[in-house]
Amino acid sequence: MAELKTDHLVLNMGPQHPSTHGVLRLEVVLDGEVVIDVIPHIGYLHRCFEKHCEAMTYPMVIPYTDRMDYLASMYMNFGYVEAVEKLMNIEIPERVKYIRVIMGELQRIASHLVAIGTFGIDIGAFTPFLYCFRDRERILDLFEMTCGARLLYNYMWIGGLSHDLPPMFIPELKSFLKDFRKNIKELNDLLSYNKIFIERTANIGILPADTAINYGCTGPVLRGSGVNWDLRKNDPYSIYDRFDFEVCVGKGEIGTVGDCWNRYMVRVREMEQSCLIIEQAIEQLPEGDVTSAIPKRVKPPVGEIYFRVESPKGELGYHIISDGTVNPFRVKVRAPSFVNLQILPVISKGYLVADIIANLGSLDIVLGEIDR
Amino acid sequence: MISDQLAEILGNKIIAYLITAAIPLFLFLVPYALYAVYAERKVSAFMQDRIGPNRVGPKGLLQTIADILKLIQKEDIIPKSADKPIFVMAPYVVFMGTFAAFAAIPFSSVFIGSNINLGVFYIMAVSSFSVIGILMAGWAGNNKYSLYGAMRSVAQIVSYEVPALLAIVSAVMVIGTLNLNEISEMQTARFWNWWIFGGPLQGIQKFLLIVPMLVAFVIFFVASLAEVNRTPFDIPEAESELVAGFHTEYTGMKFAIFFLAEYGNMFVVSAISTAIFFGGWQSPFGYLGNSFSIPLLVPIEQVFWFLFKSLSLVLVQMWLRWTLPRLRVDQLMAVCWKYLTPYAFVNLVLIGIISLI
Repeated sequence: MAELKTDHLVLNMGPQHPSTHGVLRLEVVLDGEVVIDVIPHIGYLHRCFEKHCEAMTYPMVIPYTDRMDYLASMYMNFGYVEAVEKLMNIEIPERVKYIRVIMGELQRIASHLVAIGTFGIDIGAFTPFLYCFRDRERILDLFEMTCGARLLYNYMWIGGLSHDLPPMFIPELKSFLKDFRKNIKELNDLLSYNKIFIERTANIGILPADTAINYGCTGPVLRGSGVNWDLRKNDPYSIYDRFDFEVCVGKGEIGTVGDCWNRYMVRVREMEQSCLIIEQAIEQLPEGDVTSAIPKRVKPPVGEIYFRVESPKGELGYHIISDGTVNPFRVKVRAPSFVNLQILPVISKGYLVADIIANLGSLDIVLGEIDR
Repeated sequence: MISDQLAEILGNKIIAYLITAAIPLFLFLVPYALYAVYAERKVSAFMQDRIGPNRVGPKGLLQTIADILKLIQKEDIIPKSADKPIFVMAPYVVFMGTFAAFAAIPFSSVFIGSNINLGVFYIMAVSSFSVIGILMAGWAGNNKYSLYGAMRSVAQIVSYEVPALLAIVSAVMVIGTLNLNEISEMQTARFWNWWIFGGPLQGIQKFLLIVPMLVAFVIFFVASLAEVNRTPFDIPEAESELVAGFHTEYTGMKFAIFFLAEYGNMFVVSAISTAIFFGGWQSPFGYLGNSFSIPLLVPIEQVFWFLFKSLSLVLVQMWLRWTLPRLRVDQLMAVCWKYLTPYAFVNLVLIGIISLI
């Protein structure tokens, strides 16, 4: 009898696959159900964002930033406009600062809700996804009320905002926050502390703190590994130093620090902290005109700036070089998802096929931001 | 028995039996599957704070019929590299396994497709026939996802047969017959005579049996969830990992037949649980037909009660599906071999001892 040859199986996941979170392609090398290697292939959503910016004026870049992390467009705006303002030395009104923080934190909740919901789907629980989307819908309603758009807002402008808050915004926001606290509890009962969910996520894809730092991971991925690093606290920008909130890190009360469950739980806890920040911001919200500081002509002086903010996915950095004209000479973005995705092969090796999906879900990547 | 009366009228036993066996298919299985899909969508919508189908017909009642019409019209794609005869045959093998089981399900005291003495054994045997169809479908599609799905499915179904059968065997030991009609007949009069409450036994024996019977039912129900590939054991078709598992490559009517078989299977396992543990077609409080002395009403009531109990269990399966996440493949095997099978064995011994008292 001829000798039988065994070989690894190469499975191609994506770019069209129900759980690659967009157009990511994973080349998975398998030995039975055990993962030998994972090779992510990106670039299916490349839209030349950075090159495009060079042909645009500064305000015209803002809609493009919307389309990077389309689940956190407000925060993408936030980072860009703050960077340009700093480059131009514009002092913006207090009201604008507060509204930006409120919008940014609402967007963080919305983004985390999508992350949590889709993570639930990856694990096989469909219902929590729709519960998350129910709450996200109310946030989108608030955004729609303010600027008319539900996904790509173009809301924050250089030096101000496109619209002031409508009169019903604050009462609606307050009632949302009240309901949302209850819904987080419901989510914890349904998903976070579900036995099967814990079995599937605890001790899976353990990312040690030093590896996370070496790979440059940021955001909930880094904090899930127990590293206390949040730019809102460690390098405060805008007015985040005025608010009292905690940085959530993975504590490992279930599973190990740095596993999928802890990364997931960091997001759940961050949503509560965001609620706290929003509540404080509503209390302190001053009156004023949100469009008064918008410059007629955006023409920063020659120079360059690197400005970083803590987006829902991690450290979002804008490196803008100005040559003194109305168009930026170069806009480089440090996208948190891009950096976080690198870790996927590292944490997936040796686990099973189903765990790749869990790991990918717990990293919470958005391809729009990775490919730009 | 309807089949015997028909045999007298027609004068031919085989034709009479064929007709009675076909009645559930046309009268029950197809409408059931259509409305089970609709119910599943409505139940999930209710649980998820949505509306669900509401466009086709009043309250969306015709939605599944429209879906089936759409599926019939679809192009029947057979992949180029597929193993054609096996690919074409697979859905029918799966469906056959499911539908053959319907022949021995006692819908009422006078209607059972085929009143054989080995009813329980027969149903367990033919319903595991669908494993072959699933393996065929997974292999013939020539798709890696299908193959993974089929491999997982076979491993899962074959493993979970063990606890399911052990649970049934332990119940059958006290019951003393494999004939589903006789089992249903035993649990007469009131609901405390159902086997899950110790059956029609007397005294201490009945009292002692309650817990082991409950355990047997739970083991059987969990194992049967795995056998019909429902969440939390829907690993063979785990959408987030394997796209659609063993039926990834199927389109149109062939896909619909897999779907029909899945819903048929859900009913079969619920029907077995009903017949063995929940009194089969027996009413929990006695019959209206008897109290108003209209004897013709009794069998109709029995059909009602049987369907009511079985469909409630189907509803429980749907409820579980929309609540629980999915287990991983190794955890699934751990649940079977480390928990269900040992417990089923202990239960078997316990029931054996009790039945000797």
